Amino acid sequence: MIEKRELTLIVNGRDYSVRVDPRRTLVDAIRDDCGQTGTHIGCEHGVCGACTVLIDGEPVRSCLMFAVQAEGCQIRTVEGLAKGDELHPLQQAFIENHGLQCGFCTPGFLMLATGVLEREPDISDEDLIDVLASNLCRCTGYENIVKAVRAAAAKMTAGR
Amino acid sequence: MTSGNNKWIGQSVERLEDPPLVRGRGRFAADISFPHQLHMRIVRANHAHGRIAAIDTAAARALPGVVAVWSSADIADIPPVDFREGRIPALEPYRQPVLAADKVRYVGEPVAAIFAEDPYIAEDAADLVTLEIEELPILLDAEAEPGEFSAGRNTEVAVIQQGYGDVEAALRAAPMVVELELGIGRHSGVPLEARGAIGRYDASRDILELHGAAKVPHRNRDLLARMLKLTPSSIHVHESHVGGGFGIRGELYPEDVLVCVAAMRLGRPVKWIEDRREHLIAANHSRQQLHRIRAAVDGEGRILAIDDRYFHDQGAYVRTHAARVVHMTAGILPGPYRVPAYRAIGHFRLTNKTPAATYRAPGRYETTFVRERLVDAIAAKLGIDPNDVRRRNAIAPDEMPYHRPLEALGEEIEFDSGDYVGLLDKLLVALDWDKLKAGLARRRAAGEAVGAGFAMFVEKSGLGPADGVRIEVDTSGAVELITGGASLGQGFETVMAQVCAEILGIDYRRVRVTHGQTDRIAFGIGAHASRATVMTASATYNGAMKLRAKAIDMAAELMQAPIAALDIVEGKVVRKDQPLGPSISLGEIATHLAPTSKTLGEREPGLSAEGWFRVDHQVYPYGLHFAVVKVDRETGGVHVESYAIAYDIGRAINPALVKGQIVGGFAQGLGGALLEEFTYNERGDPLATTFADYLMPTARETPKVDVILREDYTSPLNPLGIKGAGESGITGVGAAIASAVDEAIGIPGAVTQLPVTPQRLKQILNGRAN
Repeated sequence: MIEKRELTLIVNGRDYSVRVDPRRTLVDAIRDDCGQTGTHIGCEHGVCGACTVLIDGEPVRSCLMFAVQAEGCQIRTVEGLAKGDELHPLQQAFIENHGLQCGFCTPGFLMLATGVLEREPDISDEDLIDVLASNLCRCTGYENIVKAVRAAAAKMTAGR
Repeated sequence: MTSGNNKWIGQSVERLEDPPLVRGRGRFAADISFPHQLHMRIVRANHAHGRIAAIDTAAARALPGVVAVWSSADIADIPPVDFREGRIPALEPYRQPVLAADKVRYVGEPVAAIFAEDPYIAEDAADLVTLEIEELPILLDAEAEPGEFSAGRNTEVAVIQQGYGDVEAALRAAPMVVELELGIGRHSGVPLEARGAIGRYDASRDILELHGAAKVPHRNRDLLARMLKLTPSSIHVHESHVGGGFGIRGELYPEDVLVCVAAMRLGRPVKWIEDRREHLIAANHSRQQLHRIRAAVDGEGRILAIDDRYFHDQGAYVRTHAARVVHMTAGILPGPYRVPAYRAIGHFRLTNKTPAATYRAPGRYETTFVRERLVDAIAAKLGIDPNDVRRRNAIAPDEMPYHRPLEALGEEIEFDSGDYVGLLDKLLVALDWDKLKAGLARRRAAGEAVGAGFAMFVEKSGLGPADGVRIEVDTSGAVELITGGASLGQGFETVMAQVCAEILGIDYRRVRVTHGQTDRIAFGIGAHASRATVMTASATYNGAMKLRAKAIDMAAELMQAPIAALDIVEGKVVRKDQPLGPSISLGEIATHLAPTSKTLGEREPGLSAEGWFRVDHQVYPYGLHFAVVKVDRETGGVHVESYAIAYDIGRAINPALVKGQIVGGFAQGLGGALLEEFTYNERGDPLATTFADYLMPTARETPKVDVILREDYTSPLNPLGIKGAGESGITGVGAAIASAVDEAIGIPGAVTQLPVTPQRLKQILNGRAN
């Protein structure tokens, strides 16, 4: 048996001291060791994007990383989007545009869109659809997700 | 979004469900844990068909952290997974055992179960179990000669027959007979959240709990009670957040039974979370049928008779739905058309593949493809517009209610209301069809492979026979609506709250909607067959009317006013003629109705009411799909340029949510039409075991859908005139896209098999070139 590793994960600005097997995936550590279950597991092979989190600002599939690889990184999850009672513009826009149904893929889409809009606030419609095509949703048919991200982008740009 | 006078029905209000979900505070099955829980991992068959010679679990048992390893001998007293609607002796021999006993019959079949302290250890242990399988002949084609299922039983479970009239005579006498062979591929719901189940036995109260349930919690409670020989009231089934259902989630599967039995026998909570590979080979598949259909037609394209023989590929076992899909297929195939004589013979056959059952619009996606391909073939043969064939055959409004001596879901079909041709006309106007058609013709003349296609269908929704709710108002005026319904993420809570709030004169955000909790309400049929809004909202309406009457009765005494003079506005009872005058809130009324209250009088204590709704017939909404596609002749790729769906919902409680259902259903239908297929190699090994093989539409492949939502024909069968919404977006997609592809490549009847993958289309195009 390979020995467990002690490490600190920084999730939404908070330190979590965890003791994990080297093979433990980052998403399992975020969910089960840090207790942040908003990040979901949809396929465990990096296709569906339900487990998308931001690692040092970049959208990453947390099912394809080991927890030990994220040591020292700034990890952001859906739980970190709202400021207290105030929802992030993307969260608000998903509600207003009926951009979710079952809500299982939603945290992944929110983190994917957050990462993209922070890097490229003026992204074109075509490029945005290419980016959003990297995650799967089985309920909405995507139309309202695209609409919601567009609406949030406009709000975020206006608020800059 | 808000409404000053408390009018909620018909408003696209924001969903009550959303705030926790966008914050990551949802509670899906994998988010549920109990202290000291064990983790279950299933060892699955890696042969499609064979006799189990030996199962060696010694190495798995020896692994530290493993608590138990079970094979079928360890649970010999547990019967196979039974049927949801009760006993059906003729089908019982074909039920799936919880763990395979003597034979394995598909790759993915549960053979052993590991129980361990940690899910990683459980998975390690599963890899250490070795199966010795003596291979048996593999059957993968439902049309092929049936093979042996078990001693004395072959793989043809049943032959279903429905029909009426003299089909043979019509075929002999008809001026024209159109004959087609059509196939629908094997695909399924594939929700983004895979399945999950957590069993927990509370010995202190003698209560078995099953968490992670969905769709039909009460039915599954009753089914578990039968199988485990427990009383229904000693089993509590709990639904939490559900990451998409689509028909496949929420049925009782072997894994659900195992966590329950293990929780009782091992004395610890047992958690099972399915991984994606397991989901794609173990959860219900659907759709796969081959139809050989003949139609007798007159010189104007009027259908005189339909004769259909079809082969339903059920996979390895008959699961909880029994023969539902194969049977409904025969009943629903004629759809919106008058068919004077009809015969459908369905061969219900087992193969060595994952068992099949319902997926959103079961039987309708398949038969709409078959029937509308037939319409196109009739039109092509006569050289007329397919929509003229539809006009000449569609049932007219003055024929409603239209009775048809065929069955679907255990009742004779009776279309309640509608104007099918009228909706077609509205769609054509909305599309500016003549102009659009001319534009497509010009583009084709210029060499582009573009084309358009229509599909007309009748849906079925609102499966009864009954639903009930209980409504309770607490002393703060907050309302709890306790239903036997279920939520699969479709916005159930919001819609029920809207109906309740409308009647009670309160803000819909004051209503907490409870669903899927068998310990809160004894009866429930759940959410399937597009029934939730029709049935549960009607029960809510009836319950809220009773509660409203009770509140006003109490208020009349307190306010010294006649009952007829009172109304409820913004949570307060007021005089209609003095809406700003004296008032009494629902919370105060609840206080006055407390069991200890002096003002209670002879009334039943509590500001609460039960509401029930019963029906004899389902309601039949209807619609049309329209697709424009462009084919890439080089690659065989199909690009959907635009799509429209016209649908008469009767009455939309929340139009935004109805449109969400339709657009979401469309995207799934698109997958089944172009991309998604469970394929197997000749050894019966499943080839679609990841999302890299099983291709679902992304934002890139999914066009915007124009939804033309009509409320022209309310249903006479329920108080609000509601028809169901859940399945209309998917029903016609395969049919409309097939028709559009035919036109794009200029080969009438080219598409005979779904999905129209690039490989299949390339083959069609190459065939033509040769």
